[in-house]
Amino acid sequence: MATDYKWPAADQRTVIGKRMNRVDGPVKSSGRAKYTYDLVRPNMLYAHGVKCPYAHAKVTKIDTSAAEKMPGVVAVLPINDVGKEIFWAGTDVVAVAAVDEPTARDAVRAIKVEYEQLPHLVLDEKEPDLSEAEKSEWYKVALKETSGDPTSAFQQSEVVHEGYYGTPVITHCCLETHGSISEWPDSDHLFVHISTQNVPGIAEQLGKAIDFPASNIHVHQDHVGGGFGSKLGLDPWGVASAQLSKKAGGKPVKMMLDRKPELETAGCRPSARARVKVGAKKDGTLLAWESYSWGTGGVGGGGSPPIPYVWKVPNQQKQHVNVVNNIGPSRAWRAPNHPQACVLTMCPLDDLAAKLNMDTFDFVKKNIDLLDPRSKIYSEELDVADKLMGWKARWHPRGDKTAGPVKQGLGLALHTWGGRGHNSNTDLTIHPDGSVEVKMGTQDIGTGTRTSILQVVSDTLGIPMDQINLLIGDNQYPRDSASGGSSTIGGVSSANFRAATDAKNQLFAKVAPALNAQPGDLEAADGRVRVASDHNRSLSWKEACAKLGATSITAHGTNPGEGDLTNSGVGGVQMADVSVDTETGIVKINKMVGVQDCGLVISPKQAESQVLGAMIMGISYSLYEEKVMDQTTGTMLNSNMDMYRLAGLGDVGELVVHLMSGPGYDERGVIGIGEPPTVSPGAAISNAVANAIGVRVPFLPLTPERVLEALEKAESEGAKA
Amino acid sequence: MSDQEDVKGPGISRRSFLKISALTTSAPLVLGPTVLEVEGQEVHVYGPGKTPVTLNVNGRRLSANLEPRVTLLDALREKFEVTGPKRVCDRGLCGACTVMMDNKAVYACSVLAIDAQGKQIVTTDGLAPEGKLHPVSAAFVDNDAQQCGFCTPGFVMATKAFLDKHPNATKEDLHRGLGGNFCRCGTYAGIKGAVAQLSGGGQQKGGA
Repeated sequence: MATDYKWPAADQRTVIGKRMNRVDGPVKSSGRAKYTYDLVRPNMLYAHGVKCPYAHAKVTKIDTSAAEKMPGVVAVLPINDVGKEIFWAGTDVVAVAAVDEPTARDAVRAIKVEYEQLPHLVLDEKEPDLSEAEKSEWYKVALKETSGDPTSAFQQSEVVHEGYYGTPVITHCCLETHGSISEWPDSDHLFVHISTQNVPGIAEQLGKAIDFPASNIHVHQDHVGGGFGSKLGLDPWGVASAQLSKKAGGKPVKMMLDRKPELETAGCRPSARARVKVGAKKDGTLLAWESYSWGTGGVGGGGSPPIPYVWKVPNQQKQHVNVVNNIGPSRAWRAPNHPQACVLTMCPLDDLAAKLNMDTFDFVKKNIDLLDPRSKIYSEELDVADKLMGWKARWHPRGDKTAGPVKQGLGLALHTWGGRGHNSNTDLTIHPDGSVEVKMGTQDIGTGTRTSILQVVSDTLGIPMDQINLLIGDNQYPRDSASGGSSTIGGVSSANFRAATDAKNQLFAKVAPALNAQPGDLEAADGRVRVASDHNRSLSWKEACAKLGATSITAHGTNPGEGDLTNSGVGGVQMADVSVDTETGIVKINKMVGVQDCGLVISPKQAESQVLGAMIMGISYSLYEEKVMDQTTGTMLNSNMDMYRLAGLGDVGELVVHLMSGPGYDERGVIGIGEPPTVSPGAAISNAVANAIGVRVPFLPLTPERVLEALEKAESEGAKA
Repeated sequence: MSDQEDVKGPGISRRSFLKISALTTSAPLVLGPTVLEVEGQEVHVYGPGKTPVTLNVNGRRLSANLEPRVTLLDALREKFEVTGPKRVCDRGLCGACTVMMDNKAVYACSVLAIDAQGKQIVTTDGLAPEGKLHPVSAAFVDNDAQQCGFCTPGFVMATKAFLDKHPNATKEDLHRGLGGNFCRCGTYAGIKGAVAQLSGGGQQKGGA
């Protein structure tokens, strides 16, 4: 008979859904956790690269002779050899491995590279002229789409709003920079420690790059210091370290980026700018959408923000153009394209609501059917958020009319994300001595993967979490997937639930005779295997496992598999309460509320941390983050952590998280939660600022300069009118 | 305001070392310091080339031959494998490498290893014996004040140093005191929880 895999009912859960501490918390907070950057291998060499100073150039000459003669320099490797085209400043041209870092840096300085400079573009403000865009090499038309009848819908609209909105290019700024340590124990084997979100996929990517069988590449990682999407793929530095090591006779070569190249070249979120026109009836019924948007994801393009975001506006016309420029590589950045789309949608709709003299909350409720298929979820979430923020009691029409320079305002936004569990595999072994071992090729990127796995296994086998030996972060364990798209917790939870259930059933079959019962009568709970109907007939876990004799049980679990244990498609609502000093332009977050649908929650403490972290990231990109480029030199002007500022402890205000779980939500199974809550803050905070000061600050981040500029513009237009 | 204090006094900062190093590049390779006058003050000049350096780290004496330009952070991490302090910005801007030097919080990336000689250096790794957690580290765990965890050791040291110096600090004081440390995952809510637990005199039980 096939096993019916179904998450236990709420009253049957012993560890799933409980507030457990992060299992790798102690090793991290005591400084004992070893990240790739921390490892020192015997006879290790240190590598650094010669960086191209130009945004667009061709390499014409490389002279490495001086570096090669320097004592301590072991290997020199051209990465972008003569003739190669470079597409952004900071790209590595030559890499050097030396006995220590100072020597490697000296050698880098001794290498002379000559370039032919090519024309570059690093800006993206200018609106592409569509007739030109179709011919220009700097523009790629990514989308042209019409649905319904926007022309007549705008004619029927009683209120129409038009505006300009945008978000800049931002960088990932992982605290542990990108990099790896490669070594060849012999010419047939390559061993790589790498800072990655994708332990399972690196071997194939690297094997392809160096023409070497992936099966002979061993990849290992215990901890990663942030990725956020930028560490899903292999980097040129990962390839270079492997090649340098080979040149150096197999010695380990550590190649980690410095902060500056990390910010310049290790990944960014594309910008998005748009002229948007929206139309509605006087009663608030949303009828029509028109947008012309553009943005840059560098030479590779950055896709197209899905606008109008979450709203099924019945009549739409939209075009999107990718600005092909030399700003650096765009990479997945927590909820790719969604934060931009949310700003480009929720801000114009908030402005439309203001023009309709409606509370945005009421505007959303009025049009709730257009939020299909999540209308019900959004509606419930709005009510929860209203209570937590006191929105209805405190909301005021646009422009805080109270005296004094500091104005207060409220803003809201909605978001969605997929988050279905990825393909995941686990081997779970119960040994005759009672020990339990779980092996998986997945990784813990800070989401609490280890904790969630142990909570599921502990709950299923009825033994404490610390009795389970968990091994992850290695491509020699059962194949898992990359940690991207909020797919990890769903994937690993589901795979381990199946494996633990199967292993438990096999154990029950061995133990049943000793308890004079049928296997189906048994349960594993409280560290015992017992007859469900008679708890006095029981064996301790250890005694039960001893019945296995000499043979351990290994069960393989996989996601997807039987039983729908994970799902996708969450909804979330966020509200922001801000104060804006109209004399200085400084925006302060007073409070943010995040209401998040996420299905069944395995580990509430870590799930809340994910939502809080996403909201804080959102505050950070809303108020501070922007990759500032200089068109003349083609370089990034703020490639350090004082000018590329992240939000600090004092910048985040009061944060309230509410997870929509329990009846009506749990039944959907586990759904990933990392990405969605980082989507709404940009729009929610921008809307709150507009509500406070009465005018829209059209572009993120909402810096003092931009706030003052918007106020001055409104003032001078008011004076003219 | 940050609680991180600049290392001032008779030492050589990274910047002034770079200034005088130009004067000595043609000097013969010597071990041990030469005495120079820089900006009206006598300073010991080490190098060029490697010079013996002995550090007192977490109660252990650690020695290595290092170039004088090597920072305390790099010496700790690469020579002595004390990797609690992380290299993140490497320019005294983010707090990830915070250690205590003679009971003061310093950015290890902004102190030269040769200048840290004779001082008591404590890193997160040395706060509690293996297998035990220091109350500050424990508060971070209880409040899930970490995600990827890369900034955590620096935050723990900054918190410890601030509380040592300001035992009666309020939560608000601590929020200001930790303003020089940055986290990318967004763990500030958890850190605030840890701070609330600690600023209650360490008497409170673990967080929710």
